[in-house]
Order: sequence, then C-alpha cells, then structure tokens
Amino acid sequence: MELLKKYPKLFQWLFLLAVFFALCFAIDVPETYKFIRGQAEFVKDPNQSAFVFLGKEVRYYAFDVFWRLPPLLGWLPIWINDSLFFLMNDWMPMEFWNEDTQEYKTRPLVLQITRNLTAFMTFLIELIREILLGGLETIVAFTSWDWIDANPWAELPGLPWTIVAAGSSILAYKLGGKGLAIYALLSMTYISIFGQWKPSMQTLSFILVAAPLSFIFGLGLGVAAYKSKRVEKALYPILLVMQTMPQYAVLVPALVLFGVGDHAAVIITMIVAVPPMILLTLLGLRAVPPEVIEAGRMSGCSNWQLMSKVLIPTARRDILIGVNQVIMVCFSMAVISAFIGAKGLGFNLLLALNQLNIGLALEAGLCISLIAILLDKMSLAWANKQVDYFGNLNFFQRNKNSLFFGVIVIVGILLAYFGSIYFKDGYNYLFEVPHNKGISTADFWNKGVDWIFDTFFVYIKAFNTWLIVDVLQPMRALYLRMPAVATLVLVVGAGYLIGGVRSALVVCGLTLFIALSPWWDRALVTTYMATFGVLVSCTIGFTVGTLCFQNKHSTNFMLNVCDIFQTFPSFVYLIPVMMLFGITDTSVLIAVIVYATIPATRYTIEGLRSVPAGLHDAATMSGVTKFQRLFKIEFPLAFPHMMLGLNQTIVFALFMVIIGAFIGTEDLGQYILKALSDKKGAGIGLTLGICVAFIGLIFDNLIRTWVGQRKKHLGID
Amino acid sequence: MSEPVIKCQSVYKIFGANAERMLKEANGNVDAKTFQEKGCIVGVNNASFEVSKGEMLVVMGLSGSGKSTLLRCISRLTDATGGKIFIEGQDLLNLNNKELIDLRRNKMGMVFQSFALLPHKTVLENIAFPLQIKGIKTEDSINKAMDMVKLVGLDGRENYFPRELSGGQQQRVGIARSLAVEPDIWFLDEPFSALDPLIRKEMQDEFLRLQEKLQKTIMFITHDFDEALKLADRIAIMKDGIIEQLDTPANIVLNPATEYVRKFTEEVPREKVLLIKDVMDEITSDDMGNIKVSKDEIIENVAEKILTQEKTLAVTDGKNNIVGSINPAKIINTVFGGRKNNH
Repeated sequence: MELLKKYPKLFQWLFLLAVFFALCFAIDVPETYKFIRGQAEFVKDPNQSAFVFLGKEVRYYAFDVFWRLPPLLGWLPIWINDSLFFLMNDWMPMEFWNEDTQEYKTRPLVLQITRNLTAFMTFLIELIREILLGGLETIVAFTSWDWIDANPWAELPGLPWTIVAAGSSILAYKLGGKGLAIYALLSMTYISIFGQWKPSMQTLSFILVAAPLSFIFGLGLGVAAYKSKRVEKALYPILLVMQTMPQYAVLVPALVLFGVGDHAAVIITMIVAVPPMILLTLLGLRAVPPEVIEAGRMSGCSNWQLMSKVLIPTARRDILIGVNQVIMVCFSMAVISAFIGAKGLGFNLLLALNQLNIGLALEAGLCISLIAILLDKMSLAWANKQVDYFGNLNFFQRNKNSLFFGVIVIVGILLAYFGSIYFKDGYNYLFEVPHNKGISTADFWNKGVDWIFDTFFVYIKAFNTWLIVDVLQPMRALYLRMPAVATLVLVVGAGYLIGGVRSALVVCGLTLFIALSPWWDRALVTTYMATFGVLVSCTIGFTVGTLCFQNKHSTNFMLNVCDIFQTFPSFVYLIPVMMLFGITDTSVLIAVIVYATIPATRYTIEGLRSVPAGLHDAATMSGVTKFQRLFKIEFPLAFPHMMLGLNQTIVFALFMVIIGAFIGTEDLGQYILKALSDKKGAGIGLTLGICVAFIGLIFDNLIRTWVGQRKKHLGID
Repeated sequence: MSEPVIKCQSVYKIFGANAERMLKEANGNVDAKTFQEKGCIVGVNNASFEVSKGEMLVVMGLSGSGKSTLLRCISRLTDATGGKIFIEGQDLLNLNNKELIDLRRNKMGMVFQSFALLPHKTVLENIAFPLQIKGIKTEDSINKAMDMVKLVGLDGRENYFPRELSGGQQQRVGIARSLAVEPDIWFLDEPFSALDPLIRKEMQDEFLRLQEKLQKTIMFITHDFDEALKLADRIAIMKDGIIEQLDTPANIVLNPATEYVRKFTEEVPREKVLLIKDVMDEITSDDMGNIKVSKDEIIENVAEKILTQEKTLAVTDGKNNIVGSINPAKIINTVFGGRKNNH
C-alpha cells in the first residue's frame, strides 16, 4: 500500500498494461482472419458484408467488433473522390473567354481556376528553365506559335554552362565569401562534366520557382496569423496535420486538380513547404520582445514599417530556419514529384532506382545533394548579410561583381562560339555537356556494388535473414495480433494518464479515425516499422549525442554533420541501402534508421546544451562524478527537450517508411503508391495520408503534453 | 506661465474585458479591490498632473505600481481607458494614426529598460533608424547619427552590433537613438535599472550633463528613490496606480504626505538631498557675522562651516544679497531629528 502511495502513476500505468494484455488474451484471432484480405477491398466477394452511407456502398469483411472495427469510414475516400470530380467537372459552370478560339466557352469554375494557375506556374518554370537551357515556350507565351513559325530566329538560346557556373560562383562570393564561391564553382563544374547539366538545371528551375513562392506565401500567412487570432485559429489544425502528413499523400489529390507535370509539382511543393514556414514565422514574431516593438512604435513606425523593419528582421533567426526548411522540402519534393511527371534529376533518380542501376542513381542523388547544400548555404548567407551604407566607393568598386559577371558572360559566349567551331561534328562541350557524353562513374559504382555483393553476400544475407526472421516478422505478428479494442484502450488510457480527459479525447478521436478506415491492418504495419526504426534511431541518437556532448569540438562537428545530412532529399537515403541490402524490408528500415537518427542526435545534443551552466557548476561543486552528473543532473533536465527530439524522430521515421513503399513494403505507403496510378485514387490517397498523419499526431499529442507538464514541473521556459 | 507640455486630467488605465463600462459605472470612484473581484486590474487610477517645458518629472514606484503603464498611456503605446491627455495642447487620445505617427516622429523620444535595440543593426544604424523611418536620406541620417554617437561618447564603436556592447554602452545607444530626431519630450522607462551600480551612477551623471545641455521636457520612470531624488525637479510617487504625492524632492523628504511616502523618506540621508534654501529661516535681527552660505548649496557641503559656528549665519542668493538665515541647531534638527525610530 505504501508503495502505491509513493508511486501512484507507476501503478496506474501497470494497471493500464494489465488491462491491455488481458484484452489481448481474452479476444481470440477469428479463424477467417487473414492479413490484407481482412478488410475492405474494392473487389466484390460474396463473403463480404456491405452497407450504404451517403449513397456509397462500402463492402468489407466483417469480424468480431472487438477484433477489428468495421470500416464505417469506408465511404470517405469514395466520397472525397466523387466530390473532387464534381468540383472539377460540374460545379459552377461559367462563361470564360478563350484566347485561342476567340470565343466564350463554358467551363466549371474550379477547372478554370486550376488551369489558369497551372498555366501561370508553367510560365514561371519555363521562363527560368529557358534562361538556363534555352527554348521557345516563353516567347510563345508572349506571342503565338504562328509568330514563331514566321520568325524562326526567335528562340532563347540558353546560357552556356560556363556562364552559369561562374555566375553562381560570383553570387556565392558576394553573399558568403571565398569558401562558398569555391564550393559553388566546383559543384557546378562537377555537375557539368559528369553530364548531369540538363536535368540539374531542370531541377534548379523548379526549385527557383517553388522555394521563393513558398517563402512568400509562408511569410505572408505567418504575418497574417500573427496579426489576427482568427486566422491563426483557422490555420492551426491544417498546419498540425500537414506537419505529419507524408509528402507522398498530397500528390494524389493534386494530380486530379492540377494534372501532371512540373507546374503541379510546384503547387504540391508549396502545399507541403508553406506550413513549416508559417509556423516558424509565427514562432519568431511571437518571440520579439515587447519593448523592441514599443521602441519601433516610438520611432514613429507605421504598421508596415513596424512589420518590415522591426518585427521581421528581429525574428530573423526563426524565419531563417523556416527558409532552410522550405529549401529542404523543395528538394525532397523535387524527387518525389517525379512520380507525377516533374522533369529533372528526381526523374533520373527514380528511373535509375527502378532499373536497379545504383551507380546512376548515386550520381543523380549526389547532384541533387550538391545543389541542395549550395542553395541552403547561399540562402543562409543572404539572410545574414549586412547592408553596406557608405557610398564613398567609386563606380567600379561598387559594381565590381556585376562588371565581372558581364566579362564572364562575354568570355562564356566567346568560348561557346569557339567551341562550336572546334567541336565541328559533335557536341559543343563548352556550351552544354550532353547527358550521355559526360564522364560517368556509374559503371565503377555498379561494379563496386557487385563486388560488395559477391564478397559479402553470405554475411549480408545472414544478417538479412536473421533480422527478418528473428526480429521483424515476430514483431510484425505481435502488432497484428493486437485486437482493435485493446489498442484503443491502451492509447486512450495513455492519453488519460498523461494529459487528462482532454488528451484522451483527442487521441481517441485520432485512433478511431484510423480504426474505422478500411486500412487498420496497414496502419499497424506502418506503426510497427516506424516503431522499430524509432527504437533503434533513438538508441543510436541518444548514445552518439551524449558521447559527442562530452567534448566541444565533437559537439560542433556532430551538429554540422546533422545539418548536412538534413539537407539531403529523403529519397537519396534509399540509394546506399539498396546498394547493400537490395530490395527488402531491411533496406527500408535501415534508411528509416539513418534518416530518423538525425533529429534524435541533434535534439539530444541541444537538450544537454540547454542545461544551465550554473547547475552544472553546482553539481560539480557538490562533488559528483562525471557519470553522476550526467544521470542525476543533465539527463533529467535535458529530457523534455530530448523528448521533442523523439517527436521529430517519429515524424521522420513515418515519412521514410512511407517512402520505403517505393522499394516494396506492405503498409499504408504501398497503397498510397498504388493510388498514384489509379484514376480514382485521389480519395484513397488523401485518406491514407490522413491516417499516417494521425499516427504521427497521436504520438505528437502525447509527447507534447508530457513535455509541457514536465517543463512546468522543472521550471524551464 | 506658458502652457504645460504634458497635461493629464484624471487618467485611468484599467485592464480587462469590460474595463470601459466598469469605469463609467464606478463614476470616478475606482476601487482596485472591487475591480479585481470582477476580473479587472487597475493600472493607473485617476492621475492628474502637468509637466512644464524643460522640467524633469520623475515617477517613482515599486514594481506593479502602474508607473510604466502611466508612461505608456502618455506615449499612447496603450490607450488610456479614461481621462484626457494633452501634449502641447493637442488632445492625444483624439489623434488619428497618422497624426500620432507624426507626433512620435518629431516630438517624442523614448528609452527602454531592456534597451530594446534592433539586434540586426549596428550602433550607427540603430541610431539612424528613427531618422530613416521618417524618410530622411541615408547619407544625412548617417551623418546625424554619427553626431549622436559622439554626443553619448561611443565614437569608435559605431559599427559594433548591440550584442558586442556592454549594458551601459547599449543604453547609451538607446539614449542616442531616442535623441536622434531631436524630440522636445523625452520618456525614459527605468533606463538605468538593468545596469550595475557603478555604471548606473556614471550614466546618471552623464544624463544630468546631457539634460543641462539639451533642456528637454522629461518623464523619467524609476523604482529607485535615491535616483529620483538625484535627478528630479519634481517627483511623483505611485502606489497601486494612484499618485500618492507629487512634489519637489525637498518637500517630499520634509513633508511626506502619506505613511507610504514616509517609509521611503526615512532612510534618506537628508544632508545629501536638501539645500540650504529648503531649511533656512527668515532673516533675523540677530548678529549673523561675516560668514555666509549660498542658498543653493547642499547641506552636506556646508555643514562643517555652519556647525563649527555657534551663532546664526546669513544665507545669500547668487547676487550675494542676504535672503535668509540658518543656525546650527536647525541643521542638526533637520539631519538627525524627526525620524520615527531613532535606533
């Protein structure tokens, strides 16, 4: 009894677990139960039950309600789908002027809006793309095809790669100094020489449109949310779901609305990249000290001046992190949106992965990463740059960079011209190195992969078999063996113990949505993979973080490594693991682990760092050993922050598990991928995405609530 | 006398949802406790006073006494719930946004406790900021800002960032920024409270030097009674939003109006605060000898001279006319007598 009084929480948790296991053992697996075929499928089968809701017939395999809840939400994807089609094709037909046929035409409103939007995006992308690579589309946009036929000379020539490389180097120098300039020059030259110029420039033009647009929208909406409570309240739930929604899932409905191609990719990228930008803008603006705002007001700022000259610059640090996130998401999406027909490196990467040409995939992945790091560093340098005031420089000094660039343009054009004479019958290497004419290291890597396979095949295979048979399969079986009711009790109970009734209700709602959707089994598999990944990632991340924290240099080194790894688009992680483990669950899981270890490590280090120095000294003076200090002082105080790291780790792991569907896993991701190629997949894709987002949100809610209480208890923040 | 620069007429500031309605219902009789029971917090309660040109009014009070709120009402960083405020005859609460911005751009300067410098701008840019907001050309604003840098003695550091400066230096930047537009009215909100005692004294002296030169109309907020005595022409002592007493430092020390004010004055070394003119008697017919003291001397400085005499001394004004008398017993009485508990 005394123990019970001393640790009431502990006993509550034990009780919850006891109930959970009791339920697990009490509810038997139904004999007819089989994975996958266990739930709603869209094939008709006489064994299925069916119900009609909102005019949609939902068919499913009925089980004991305690074992698996019936998919009462099965009508949702069909309904979403039908609504989307209705919106696009039948809702609000209106008369619109058609430029080509010179007459009014009836078209549904939404269709007209989305078509105009896509036309605008296409124009922007083509404009940048044709400056870099040359082409006709931009001129056509201002004139017409007939005009082009009449004037065959009218074509944007595109810039020789020498000019682009030198130009980006000069820009890098202006923004960030020598180091960045050298990096820019080297990576651009590398891209060119290795024959990746064209796809790289295609990707770059996509990002140069998507990133600034996302930044502007994110900043604008962030400011609006800061100014108006109502806007914030309206945005908040969307932001929350988008934070944990896998990027894949957004592709499908967008496909219906915007069609296939680069323009659709830009719009989707904005949908994904804007929410974190809004959140960070809001966070930054909130953190501006009130006295700074008052100082701005007393200096006589108008509202606009206050926002642009005081608030936003003062919140710069958080807004910068937002820019960083935007760029990260853009590159990530540059690859993923290849699924819906975006051109560029991402497309090549997917193609190469599909053909299991690891060498080619590696080259494309490397190019994406090089450009990603370059843009990331340049945007950071730009935001940190100070404006020079003193106008006492002469014309040459002030404009030396522009002048230098002018010289480069002339030299580049001359070089390209000589090139066209020198390389008479072939390719002008000084203008553009064609895709298949560059130096390729693909063979080398492919041979390397083969060699690794030949040499270590036995060991890799043994490891693979052990992991799958002895660890993954039992774990998966265990997850699938949980009756739906038991899972619900466990999750809701945890919610109640951590955050009271409110938390329990939120968590219950989220879980019920997944349980009543037709994909509960799939969600369990997704959760099992994510759990495994998170467990290993946290173990590695917490250990590495703690070890690195013992030394200042290793701390900084590790944080830099995390920075660089975070810049890689998520798809790139699949390349090396496929190299080693081929197409198996192991590959996916290892990619998950590598990817999710980044936030785990980073937050561990930052958490330990945030322990006040005074406490550190106080502990040392009470004569603790290094270990005592770590376990008695640093860990307990850093724990809340480390738990936020766990939160991020879960989100990262979920994303990677879903992307892993590309290699072939039997979870929600597989269905999302399927929905991509299904004409009626929009509703399914979106519902699946929401399911994944809700898995993330369940953990998010529990962890955040706990951290909030813990921080209050410890008196941090 | 010319029109006061700042004039407040029963200014109220009440925080809470129904503040305005409750104030109306209270009919000028605001009681903090009843308001608090109904979920409103009284920040400023019926403040009326005037500040004339070139005068320095110090508002003194402990934290939560409403002194910063009062200042923010007068600078209209928050809107007063009731009452009237006039700045050079203009009704502040009736100004529209544009007029208010104009007023701030040309007439007002403010210094903050936490300095409130813009972290992304250098010292020079920070000081030039209000000028640039006004739309003055970059070159002119930078030149003007450079003059300000010299005025507060920061030359050589104009290209530093705020984070690279000490607290005292940062506040010099804050002062320079608030003076850049050459305002007539200068608000200082606990400008020296975040500084170390030694630096604080240095800054107070510096501040007095500046004021001697510039002769601004000043409202200065502090929680430090000694600082108030040192700087003020007049002091307003606030408690729970109410101005308990508003008077010259000497009068506050000699005749505290309430028990609350008396508590502050008890520990004050009077010889350091009071001037001869504050304690002198009328001219008497007694023999006053040849030794004279000026009426504007602080008692401490001439105490030895007076106390070594046994008779009454003559007090003179600046033109050496005799305007009063002082005798040693009065000095002893003022400095040591009249305290409540002489332990």
